[in-house]
Amino acid sequence: MSKGTQITTKNNYVKAVWTILIGIVLLLFAVALSISLGAANFDLATVWQAIFAPDMSLLPHQIIWELRLPRVLVAVIVGAALSVAGAIMQGVTRNPLADAGLLGLNAGSGFAIAICFAFFPAMSQLGLLAASFVGAGISLLLIYGISAAARGAFTPAKLVLVGASISMLMIAISQAIALYFNLTQGFAFWTAGGVAIVTWDQLAFVTPFIVIGLLLAVLLSRSITVLSLGEKMAIGLGQRVGLVKILSLLVVLILAGASVSLVGAVGFVGLLIPHIVRHFVGSDYRYIIPCSAVLGGLFLVLADFGARMINAPYETPLGAVVALIGVPFFLHVVRKDIKGI
Amino acid sequence: MTSRRKLLIIAALGLTIIILFMISMATGVSKLSPFEVIQTLLGMGSSKQHLILFEFRLPRMLLSICIGIGLAVSGCILQGVSRNDLADPGILGINAGAGLAIVLVLLFFGGLGSAPAWLMPIIAFGGAIAAMALVYGLSYKRGHVTSATRLVLTGVGVGSGLLAASTALSLRLSEEQYRLISIWLAGNVWNASWLSVAITVPVIVILFGFVFYKSRVLNAITLGDDMALGLGVNINRQRLLFLLIAALLAGVCVAAGGNIAFVGLIGPHVARSLVGSNHKYLLPTSALCGAILVLLADTLGRIILQPMEVPTGIIVAIIGAPYFLYLLMRAKN
Repeated sequence: MSKGTQITTKNNYVKAVWTILIGIVLLLFAVALSISLGAANFDLATVWQAIFAPDMSLLPHQIIWELRLPRVLVAVIVGAALSVAGAIMQGVTRNPLADAGLLGLNAGSGFAIAICFAFFPAMSQLGLLAASFVGAGISLLLIYGISAAARGAFTPAKLVLVGASISMLMIAISQAIALYFNLTQGFAFWTAGGVAIVTWDQLAFVTPFIVIGLLLAVLLSRSITVLSLGEKMAIGLGQRVGLVKILSLLVVLILAGASVSLVGAVGFVGLLIPHIVRHFVGSDYRYIIPCSAVLGGLFLVLADFGARMINAPYETPLGAVVALIGVPFFLHVVRKDIKGI
Repeated sequence: MTSRRKLLIIAALGLTIIILFMISMATGVSKLSPFEVIQTLLGMGSSKQHLILFEFRLPRMLLSICIGIGLAVSGCILQGVSRNDLADPGILGINAGAGLAIVLVLLFFGGLGSAPAWLMPIIAFGGAIAAMALVYGLSYKRGHVTSATRLVLTGVGVGSGLLAASTALSLRLSEEQYRLISIWLAGNVWNASWLSVAITVPVIVILFGFVFYKSRVLNAITLGDDMALGLGVNINRQRLLFLLIAALLAGVCVAAGGNIAFVGLIGPHVARSLVGSNHKYLLPTSALCGAILVLLADTLGRIILQPMEVPTGIIVAIIGAPYFLYLLMRAKN
């Protein structure tokens, strides 16, 4: 390794540390903002008291504990999970357009939810979460299966088109089920994407999965960097490529599946955040993954805050707010000259 | 392949439509045998048969055929103009644009029931043309569309943005309006009336006739800009004209039948494998393939979950998506 690269790597390490530190400070600020402002506004002292010395006889404390806090925590962990999942997919497939939403995971989850609403109307919230997880997984496995079976190179464009057609297929079947069983807006609200209705129970159920997924992602980050240099290079460096690919698929499944099951159709986060992070810290996944986690959490807290404030007192679906930022960004990425487009 | 053989293929597809028509009439909740159909058409059926044929089935089937023709021809034009086999009004976000326009009208004017029926195609066309302008504008780079793939990806991006906006807005509708819009967005032809037939059929026929008349120009554009210029075609003007027609066709079809995807992709694709890429044969063959697909989907949608009807767009997607995936898997690049 030349001296120049070493210096860049060291610089990137410093940049990564700064990105994480500043990111965490901004994240705390955003969390505080999101908890204190809304249909009812609370000053920061009340927020502080409610969190660290709760008195459930007080209405503000109840609102903060039952409504605001679970919501903001979900935004943090889901933002982190979706971004890290996107970063891993982009690294492993060497595809700059990989993202849970674009690959059809959201539609897969919606499909599973439609089946549950139709055939098991009495299913508990946790059961729905599990089903949605499985649905997202089915989409992911379909994508992987098709790209493994395909002839020739699987370009970014092809991957997006496969994702789009799997989405269309899943959405069509969900719509048929929804119409046949007369499922109305309840189903639509679930799939539109949002963190408004998340409870402590759901949070407690999903958080361990996401934490384990994030830790595994950090452990895998070095191997992902090697793999992102190209498969031949990775084999030459003595990496067990097959094993790394399977483990990363598993981590993506845990992170993206758990996130989609909590918030429904929120796309583009996994596309957006790793791209921005790469701009700051370069292409080493040991830096990209933790930075993506922090900035992804920050982004989704702000987006959810926006979703509440844009048209208060109505909620705008989180998925729509994220798409508002994500779509132009996607178009910007497509406009740049990407290899394979 | 001789031109006679191509004409024979076209005739066979036409015959398929007639057979499918008869099968469709003979199945479902209310059936008419082919003999009864002919009798009724000649004005000799019972009043009940007359009612079934003229009030329910005929407008719906005519509309299905028209939508199939319109979407397939729109896809055929888009594929020719962008020189990209993956172009389709659904994938390029044009349907989503028309859909958003309809949702907006429903939201701000409280309903389509009160609006005059001729307004729907105009609104949908407005949305379709706006979406297409957006997609083409965004994929222009250094003065020209550099990459056909970029065009398709831009379409996917714009389409998902417009869809997100439609979803967000549709949550604000009342329960009843929401049901209306979700059926409409799923793509259905079952509300077919003679009024919508009267609006849709002439537009499709005229546009198809015009495009067919100009099929040589489309051939020239498909050969490439240099070749087209050499043949004396004003490429930018002609391209713009064809794009406008493609959006108009898609907009009219979306207004009549809701969001039906994949027809514009599959119709031309099957047609190309049957008669090659000369638009003189490709356009009518695509049109017939599209018509067969939509008619088949409409018939299946009517009979598989009787007495409930599955919207045509859903059946088309369930047939179309796997076929498209198969094409993507086979394609080398």
